[in-house]
This record gives sequence, structure tokens and C-alpha cells, in this order.
Amino acid sequence: MADSASIEHEASHAALQHHFENMEQQREAGTLGMWVFLVTEIMFFGGMFLAYTLYRSKYPEAFASASNHLSWQLGAINTGVLIFSSFTMAMAVYSAQIGKRRNQVVCLGLTILLGLTFLGIKAIEYHEKYVDHLIPGKLFPRNPFNASTVHLLPGASANNVEMFYWIYFAMTGMHAVHMIIGVGLLSVIMYFAARGRYGPEYHAPVEISGLYWHFVDIVWIFLFPLLYLLGRHLEHGG
Amino acid sequence: MSEHIVPLRIYVAIFLALLVGTALTVWAGFRDFPGQLNVIIALTIAVIKATLVVLYFMHVRYSSRLVWVIFTSALFWLAILFALTFSDYWTRCWLGPC
Repeated sequence: MADSASIEHEASHAALQHHFENMEQQREAGTLGMWVFLVTEIMFFGGMFLAYTLYRSKYPEAFASASNHLSWQLGAINTGVLIFSSFTMAMAVYSAQIGKRRNQVVCLGLTILLGLTFLGIKAIEYHEKYVDHLIPGKLFPRNPFNASTVHLLPGASANNVEMFYWIYFAMTGMHAVHMIIGVGLLSVIMYFAARGRYGPEYHAPVEISGLYWHFVDIVWIFLFPLLYLLGRHLEHGG
Repeated sequence: MSEHIVPLRIYVAIFLALLVGTALTVWAGFRDFPGQLNVIIALTIAVIKATLVVLYFMHVRYSSRLVWVIFTSALFWLAILFALTFSDYWTRCWLGPC
């Protein structure tokens, strides 16, 4: 019995760890572990979404004013960039599943490039906020927060505009940190993919990194309308 | 391997749907809908987009029951976080001025 099990073990894929029965079980366990981690991530970002919802419901005018000052065009472009990167990520996993190594490396490379594009556009936005004195507090002593560049809607106070920017930088900043980690992860995965480690039998690391990447995309799917769009109609429509 | 491979056309369809959703949310953001409808529309579109990503890009639709349970538990705890916090903040002024 023990002999036949070990023979079966040896006959299977080289990437199979000794504590798993087979590749299927190993893949399942890995995916499950990643999902447990993602649950903690959902709760982590959930806390910030809670803070946002709370303060937005308390100071809707200030939040609309501050939100309208953000560039919705850059935000929308970045949303497109991230969605495209999620697609190329899904394609990388797909290529691994059907055993197209070249496509897999190309898709991972594209995903990394799109991730960097996102971060670049984010940096441009952050710089604009710096120039407009919208970095909250006195983080930059020569550029302290000053809401004078923001068009205040009736009922909006400068202090609450600053509150919006605290939340904006906390949320987009944490999101950007996740993007940087994701780009790092995918670089490692791409290196191993180029060396031919992943194929139809074994591609759990690609799949799991993909889960992480898609999660970061989902966070942005919520951040974009909440931070950039709500309140636009007060300025333009009304 | 009992792993389900999602066909290419589904990935492309989801990708396009996500782009359409983004365009729709931008368009709706500039329209002045009555009451809190702007927020509701924005969140509805975001939830639909997120659901598409979770079900297809993240393969949850084809995953084991256990993955479903774990993912749903996240939503459950998130609901507790929001419900208990707002049951405090949104009711503070019910008993006199504040």
C-alpha cells in the first residue's frame, strides 16, 4: 500500500510536494490558501471603504468638491489600463493551462507593463495634487495643505476637503503599494515562466498570483467611481 | 486534471463588458439623477463589474464549494463591519440634538 502510493507519487509531476496526494489536491490547497489571504485583504480595504462611506455621508458637499478636483480622465484611463491588465493576466493563466509558453511570457510581460503604466499615471496625479497644495497635513512643510485650488460647493468646508484627501491618499496609496507588490510578484513568475516551469500540469503560482492581481483590480473598480465620480453631477448637471 | 479551462471567448466577452461598465459609470456620473440614485447606480455597476471579475477572471464560478464559502464569508464579515458601525453613527441623532 505504502509502496504503491510512493510509486504513484514519483510518477507524478516534479513540482508535487510530498505532503499532497496529487497535483489536483495541491492546486486546490494553494488556491484555497490564497482566497483566505484575499478575505483578510477584503477586510483590510473594507475598513477604509467604511471610513470613506462614513465621512462622505457626513460631509457630502466637501467630498463632492474635493472629488471634482481629481482628474476623472486620468482615473478613467487608469481604470481601462487595470482592466486590460486583468485581461492579460487571465490570458497568462489561460496560456499556461493550454501549454503555450511564449504567449504566457508575453502576457505576463504585458501585465507588468500595464501595472507600471497605472503607477506612472498615479504618480502624475499625485504630483498634480502636490503642486495644488492638496497633500493633507504638513507632510511637505513648504507645501502645506491649502484648499484654495478646490472649487468649494455651497456648504463645503476646507477642513473636510482635507479629510477627503486623507482618505484619497490612504486608499489609493495602499492600492498603489499592492500594485507594486503585484508587479514584483509577476516579475518573479515571468522569470520562471520564461524558463519553462509552468505548463498544463503545473501552473498554480501563475493562477494564485493572478488571483491577487484581479483582487487589486477589483479594489480599483470600487475606488474609481467612489473617489472620482460621485459628486460630478453637482458641478455639471444640476 | 479536473481543472476547468474557461474558453477564450468568455475572457474576451468579460473584458469588453468591463470596459462598457467603465464607460457607463463615467456617463452616469455626470448625469443628475434624483435623490441618492447617483450613488446607487455607481455602486451597482461596480458590484456587477467586480462580480464578473470574481466569477470568470478569478474562476470562482468553476471553483470548489469551499472557495465559495470562503469568499462569501468575506462579504458576510464586511456586512457585519458596516452594519454595526452604521447602526451607531446613523442613529446618534435619534434621541435629541447632537
